[in-house]
Amino acid sequence: MTTEVLTDRALATSEMPAALLCTSLGIPPSGAGPTWLAPARHESLKWLKARGLPTRKDEDWKYTRLDALLDIPFERAEAGHGPRVTSATREALTVDPSNERAVFVNGFFAPHLSSLRAREGGVTVTSLATALDRGAAGLESAFSRAFDRYDHAFTALNTAFAEDGAYIHIAPDTVVDEPIELIFLSDAQGPPLVSSPCSVIVAGARSRVSVIETHAGVTPGATWTNAVVHVLLDEGARVDHFKIQDEPATGFHLALLDVHQGPGSTFSSGSVMLGSKIARNEIHVHLEGEDSRVSIDGLYWPRGDQHHDNVVLVEHVAPRCVSHQLYKGIVDGRGHGVFNGRIIVWPGADGADANQTNKNLLLSEYGEIDTRPRLEIFTDDVKCTHGAAVGALDEEALFYLRSRGVPREAARALLTQAFAREMLDRVASESLRTHVEALLAERLSIDGFAHEGTF
Amino acid sequence: MMLHIENLHARIGDNEILRGVDLDVAAGEVHAIMGPNGSGKSTLANVLAGHEAYDTEGIVLFEGEDLFALSPEDRAASGVFLAFQHPVEIPGVGNLYFLRTALNSVLRRRGLEELDVMQFMAMAEDRMKSVEMDRSFMNRSVNEGFSGGEKKRNEILQMSILEPKLAILDETDSGLDIDALRIVAGGVNALRSPDRAMVVITHHQRLLDYIVPDRVHVMAGGRIVRSGDRDLALELEEYGYSELVPARGDEVSIPVGATS
Repeated sequence: MTTEVLTDRALATSEMPAALLCTSLGIPPSGAGPTWLAPARHESLKWLKARGLPTRKDEDWKYTRLDALLDIPFERAEAGHGPRVTSATREALTVDPSNERAVFVNGFFAPHLSSLRAREGGVTVTSLATALDRGAAGLESAFSRAFDRYDHAFTALNTAFAEDGAYIHIAPDTVVDEPIELIFLSDAQGPPLVSSPCSVIVAGARSRVSVIETHAGVTPGATWTNAVVHVLLDEGARVDHFKIQDEPATGFHLALLDVHQGPGSTFSSGSVMLGSKIARNEIHVHLEGEDSRVSIDGLYWPRGDQHHDNVVLVEHVAPRCVSHQLYKGIVDGRGHGVFNGRIIVWPGADGADANQTNKNLLLSEYGEIDTRPRLEIFTDDVKCTHGAAVGALDEEALFYLRSRGVPREAARALLTQAFAREMLDRVASESLRTHVEALLAERLSIDGFAHEGTF
Repeated sequence: MMLHIENLHARIGDNEILRGVDLDVAAGEVHAIMGPNGSGKSTLANVLAGHEAYDTEGIVLFEGEDLFALSPEDRAASGVFLAFQHPVEIPGVGNLYFLRTALNSVLRRRGLEELDVMQFMAMAEDRMKSVEMDRSFMNRSVNEGFSGGEKKRNEILQMSILEPKLAILDETDSGLDIDALRIVAGGVNALRSPDRAMVVITHHQRLLDYIVPDRVHVMAGGRIVRSGDRDLALELEEYGYSELVPARGDEVSIPVGATS
């Protein structure tokens, strides 16, 4: 089986060659799906075996050691695994019960836990498996485009093994008012399981939709989520995406959000990273249509021995596009936070307006923060700024609060909360903001997380 | 005696700022501490509130208890309050939330019932009137974007809500125009009571026209070099510190209390 010639890169770096990982995961699913799918999976695997897994010698993986993940003999999750997931699990993770919800267990659509609406006309919300069966629009380009320009072994792995996920298609000129929630749950009661959900969101011209993606899991158990989400925005479309990653601290989470924007389209990404032992959230936005806009905000909060890696790549391809990034990290315990942000302004992307800010709060002397904001500009007519900062809690503010009677720990929590506040203020939806506030308050073990009421 | 200070020394590193302060303040009294810049006035205030930047020696008793044995928050709970010279801005922490958290922390430590939001708002509204603050202050972040006068009024508001036994006002008059000074002094005077003592640190005699002190002390070179009644302040106004305070070659000049 493993007779492929490994490149120097793979040999030099990986204790566990990609081929071995692939072998342990078995052969890709075959048979079902459109005719292009099997060759796409095959190509992915071939590519993966040839290139190997990323290592710390790769620029984009410099701060993330994967040994802890590769040491575990993961098996591929199958549909029907995950007996411990109940409707109560789902309710606890729901932002708003009135929202349409698609629930996935170990990457497989769970109809009995989902509440999909009977839709008429322009809106399709279904599982990827169903969409593949139907040969739905946009899938082939999503699958075959996943790794053609960007070295990403785990995307290739996802393409090889993804059987299910969410599929959302919004027809042109269609506005979906209520957010659609995608809830991914991992549950490995027996052997360690890897799930490979792949989701596709296709927003037609001038359509509008908002999607909330939540990842969580049931403990105990070793799980690895290797997720990919493709978003394709046609001319003038608007998609708001928010991701909550709160998987158990024993789990692994590697994810790619891959976004292609048409002319005049608007995309927003918000993310809150709280869970997993090692989590890596990668966002890759291609501003391919002129006058398109994107905002990418993220909060990451590793504590204990958690590792949170954020990789953001924005490519300004077309003229007059706008991109804004604000990432904030809070690092406690022996946590390790990474922000690796990169903006590329390609020739011809005149009038690009791009900025990137990363701010970090280090709460512990044992924590580590690595931040690398990068700009690569190949055209003259641009407005680009970037900056990064790492700091501790303001001692004078701490003293001020304590001198008013607020105990030290509560004062620290208040100031930490204040640091995170800016991210919450950027969440437009009130129900989502309240939901995220509660998650953050839980992490701070304090009551309430608000400017508390209007007077 | 509410506050008893005996031979108090304070230093940051090798820099000795307080060099043997002696002071007694009884309940019901208002003491003014005046002195040139760098004489140690703000350091004295910070040390009493529990700022951790200083190494201290000497005796400080608050109602007979060793003040140095208490953390800043425990001092607040026992009734010590410092109105800061430079109140710090805390973006992201709402003023209302902060004030209620502070009051409830203090009430809890005093073994008293905490106030719910409605109770607190009723009380805060009443206290805000005394410093002529409107509701909009409550929805803003603590001191963020406040003018100098607004920050000082916010300090006095906090004092009136926390109802301390010993209030230390560190240059509360600095940077205030005459209207703001009148408002702040009015808020302070409303809190004067036989059970409460105040130490008013100021650079200018002007404030003492509004907050009339029982005793006036002059600080220089980290010590109290003269004490007297209100007339001492008037004397300082007329002749300046140089006439009253012997010049010292080794005098320290550190802007204590200034945030870095």
